Amino acid sequence: MNATSKINTTTASAIEASSMTNATPLVRFEGVRKSFGELEVLKGIDLEVKTGEVVALIGRSGSGKSTALRCVNGLERINAGKLTVCGRDLHNGNVDLRELRQDVGIVFQSYNLFPHLTVEQNVTLAPRKVHKIGAAEARTLAGEVLAQVGLSDKAQNYPEQLSGGQQQRVAIARSLAMRPKLILFDEVTSALDPELTGEVLRVIEKLASEGMTMMLVTHEMAFARSVADQVVFMHHGKIWETGTGDMLANPQTPELRQFVGNGL
Amino acid sequence: MFGLTIEQLAFIFRGAGWTIVLSLLGFVGGTLLGLPVALARASHNRGLNWLSGAFVQLIQGIPLPVIMFVVYFGISIGGYDVPALVAAGIAMTLYSSAYLGEIWRGCIQAVPKTQWEAGECLALTNTQRFVYVILPQALRIAVPPTVGFLVQIVKNTSYAVVIGFFDLTYSAKVINNSTFMPFTVFTIAALIYFAICFPMSALARRFERRLTRS
Repeated sequence: MNATSKINTTTASAIEASSMTNATPLVRFEGVRKSFGELEVLKGIDLEVKTGEVVALIGRSGSGKSTALRCVNGLERINAGKLTVCGRDLHNGNVDLRELRQDVGIVFQSYNLFPHLTVEQNVTLAPRKVHKIGAAEARTLAGEVLAQVGLSDKAQNYPEQLSGGQQQRVAIARSLAMRPKLILFDEVTSALDPELTGEVLRVIEKLASEGMTMMLVTHEMAFARSVADQVVFMHHGKIWETGTGDMLANPQTPELRQFVGNGL
Repeated sequence: MFGLTIEQLAFIFRGAGWTIVLSLLGFVGGTLLGLPVALARASHNRGLNWLSGAFVQLIQGIPLPVIMFVVYFGISIGGYDVPALVAAGIAMTLYSSAYLGEIWRGCIQAVPKTQWEAGECLALTNTQRFVYVILPQALRIAVPPTVGFLVQIVKNTSYAVVIGFFDLTYSAKVINNSTFMPFTVFTIAALIYFAICFPMSALARRFERRLTRS
């Protein structure tokens, strides 16, 4: 009963947010290029992510999908083109990355929880220090986001006492606690056993149904197909093919056909 | 006792007291100066990095007794007459800050890069990230080598004898000069040094266990 009402309020606020910013996409890549030294990793990327949309980036290792994702929250700087995230032009050197990161959360493959803090402290550190919320409010917030990922009973545990899947769900809760407009997921199930992958994917699925805007780099094809509004296949630093989840069942390019074939 | 009078033993223990005082001075001073050295060594600021690196190289390239001499006579050239304790304290501070700075730099850099990144991605400021994410983890890593070095500090205060500082080594030497029982006297000194150092390393081990448990 309680859980349902919580989901409803979240959905309501998501809908409200989407109606506010419906006109402009939350993320827009325009001819984005990125090199590491001699190696050009992104060779002109064009992509839009609308509010409430779930976009899955797929492709081989080295295709540039993780780099594209890391550009969105400024972890990597683009070399050319234009990248707009939550109304900020990231190519502009004046952009305040700390402000950007309050709007854009990220979840990593290796969880990167803070090992010296409890689950609750992990989740509330940034809200307390960045948003300056009080202890009581922080506790309520932790309860809320931990409930969202199904870990209310683990608030006082340390990360090392949790399974990989639970740690990753805490990492998602930590991101949610900042009330971001967009969450990036960088291969968040790649370090997990198959049996633990499911519990993390279910949490992401639930967030999707609640209207959270998400970009995810993933190797889980079935998941990408069922959850993503937009699937983006990257190859050699370019967007090779893009479409809805059904694109994976009906690839147009030989590269995607081969990639999907290998995946199965 | 052991062929020594109570007065003679008390004299040796008085020296041991000053060994502890000098050790504390060296550790406190070394911490105060070593922390900024560690931060500068770990920072990405080139100037700070070079400066702190040069300081560490310089101090580590000079034997401690020579540092003692240079500080002691350097100050007196400046026209100041300072007690040996002050000179020895400054020398121990320079010496331990160079080593502690380097030890702590290693501890800071031993915290995985992904932790810095995670803090950055949560919109923490550089200072917040350092204080709440990096430092607590670096501290945990730092306990064993720091206490290990504390033991070095205690033992190395014995070099202060070269500038005439009255410590355990000095007092033992004095008693030996009057009793001519070098083996007995220096064995007593050795036992006292050991008695100071051993509990510290034992404490460190316990501290380390408690940190890893939490």
